[in-house]
Amino acid sequence: MQADSLPARAQTTSTFALGRKASDRIRRAIAFIALCLLVVPFIAPIAWMLSTSLKSLEQTFAFPPQWIPNPALLSNYPEAMTRFVPLWRYFLNNVFYAVTATFGEVMSSALIAYGFAKFRAPGRRFWFLLVIATILIPYPVYMIPQYVLFRNLGWIDTYLPLIVPSFFGSAFLIFLFRQFMQGISTEILDAARIDGAGVLGAFFRIVLPLSKAALIAATILAFSFHWNNYMGPLLYINTSDLYTLQLGLVHFIAHRGSSNWQLMMAAAVLAVLPVAIAFFVSQRQLVQGVVFTGMK
Amino acid sequence: MRMKPKLSLQRREAIWFYVLISPFLIGLLAFTAGPLLSSLYFSFTQYDIVSPPQWVGLQNYVDLTQDDLFWRSLGVTTVYVLLSVPLGLVFSLGLALLVNQRVPGLRFFRTAFYLPTVVSGVALATLWLWIFNADFGILNWVIFKVTGAKGPNWLGSQAWVLPALTLISLWGIGGTMVIFLAGLQGIPTELYEAAELDGAVGWRKLFSITLPLLSPVIFFNFITSVIGAFQVFTTAQVMTGGGPNYASLMYVLYLYQNAFRDFRMGYASALAWVLFAIVLLLTIVSFRSSASWVHYEEGGL
Repeated sequence: MQADSLPARAQTTSTFALGRKASDRIRRAIAFIALCLLVVPFIAPIAWMLSTSLKSLEQTFAFPPQWIPNPALLSNYPEAMTRFVPLWRYFLNNVFYAVTATFGEVMSSALIAYGFAKFRAPGRRFWFLLVIATILIPYPVYMIPQYVLFRNLGWIDTYLPLIVPSFFGSAFLIFLFRQFMQGISTEILDAARIDGAGVLGAFFRIVLPLSKAALIAATILAFSFHWNNYMGPLLYINTSDLYTLQLGLVHFIAHRGSSNWQLMMAAAVLAVLPVAIAFFVSQRQLVQGVVFTGMK
Repeated sequence: MRMKPKLSLQRREAIWFYVLISPFLIGLLAFTAGPLLSSLYFSFTQYDIVSPPQWVGLQNYVDLTQDDLFWRSLGVTTVYVLLSVPLGLVFSLGLALLVNQRVPGLRFFRTAFYLPTVVSGVALATLWLWIFNADFGILNWVIFKVTGAKGPNWLGSQAWVLPALTLISLWGIGGTMVIFLAGLQGIPTELYEAAELDGAVGWRKLFSITLPLLSPVIFFNFITSVIGAFQVFTTAQVMTGGGPNYASLMYVLYLYQNAFRDFRMGYASALAWVLFAIVLLLTIVSFRSSASWVHYEEGGL
């Protein structure tokens, strides 16, 4: 989280009471100490993952455990990508699936939300309530008939069952975009329409550029969902050449034997990296997006 | 010369509305609502996916009541929900209150608490397999250093496997924390100042201003956490497979095993509809009860 996106708020500093100020300082000092202690269990697992991923096999099982790997072996990373299972290939498969599905989901959700936010029609309220209801329905409730449907279409062992539904929008992203687009003034859109831009022209030239924060947040949320999706590929992908990264990791765990934790941690770091980078590059917009849907 | 009859502006707007949302309507029909209803139908049949479904009436639901593993998975999931949801809400609210204070290193703390949410899916399971490792895991080493006693065999122990999975969920409360934090910052400062003039301090302010004004956010986080916790799957499937001795047989894992390991699609559909009923009931009860403790400002959705 960036401090400047969600500014710190001095809870209450009354101007006159000196005693109040002193107690304020004590309270802040206690908060600071509490934060220093609490942050350790949140950081330590990640530090341990990174540290293990750089160790030799002997260091991995050293007693007492060592936090700083010496020497640090970057070679664990290429080894994790190729040994036991061709993880690099699953990584590329995952890029293809996640990027395609994310693109479809973000674009379709934005268009649908544009309809909800800017066009009045009988039944609009009803359909929007249905969008919200859809968010709450657990996937396992309807996954079996969905599987039967895609099986009858001959789509088993392809990425189609994972990608095609995303082009029909995701209820959560529609909700996110709609909340955001309601804030775009209708006058700007009307002006664009008078200038001859059609409904879609106004969408691409005005609504999308003005929704940049929502677009970034939606892209990252969708990407991190598809990147980490496990249940979907587990149901639909059988051939090992087509494995996504998550399936590949599971087979990696199964094949590694009981040791080689350093390679598993290297694989885990690699699996986390794309989402981590995306989060760091755009954390401000992401936080705004998450906050927006939670608050409104 | 014939004048083209012009559609009224309202009509055109309505047509565009339906054109734009048509992907949602088609998707709803084909991938969500349609399958939802078919799964209700499947739940009254015996269906192994190879041969056509056979109507068996209420048999699947009758079988459910006598299925020990069904009750077991329901119990396991309920315990997990009761452990992870209240603890998660209390801790994430506590963290949000702390990172809402003016302290040095604020940006670092907020990032640090949020960072674990980046680790997800099978990578999350892999990491915690290593941390929970009974002999070489870092957690048991820390426990040994602090208490001098040997730590439990977390994932191999019927007593400790659910606390272990709860610990994983608590590690990822950063997202909830961010939503709480935004809620806290939406509370007008003047309210606190007014309360101070009335002599309210510390805890009084928390209970008479912060919590009531935060209640819509608490409610939102509560609902989403409960629904999320009922669907936990990846960690259980990858880390324990539901064991030991079914002690971590999460409901969705049992559903998955019935449908895609044993190909009992009809029975699994009955399980799916019981899950749907539970989630629906919880949502309705929460919304009903929310009238008495959630304070909405005027306006709203």
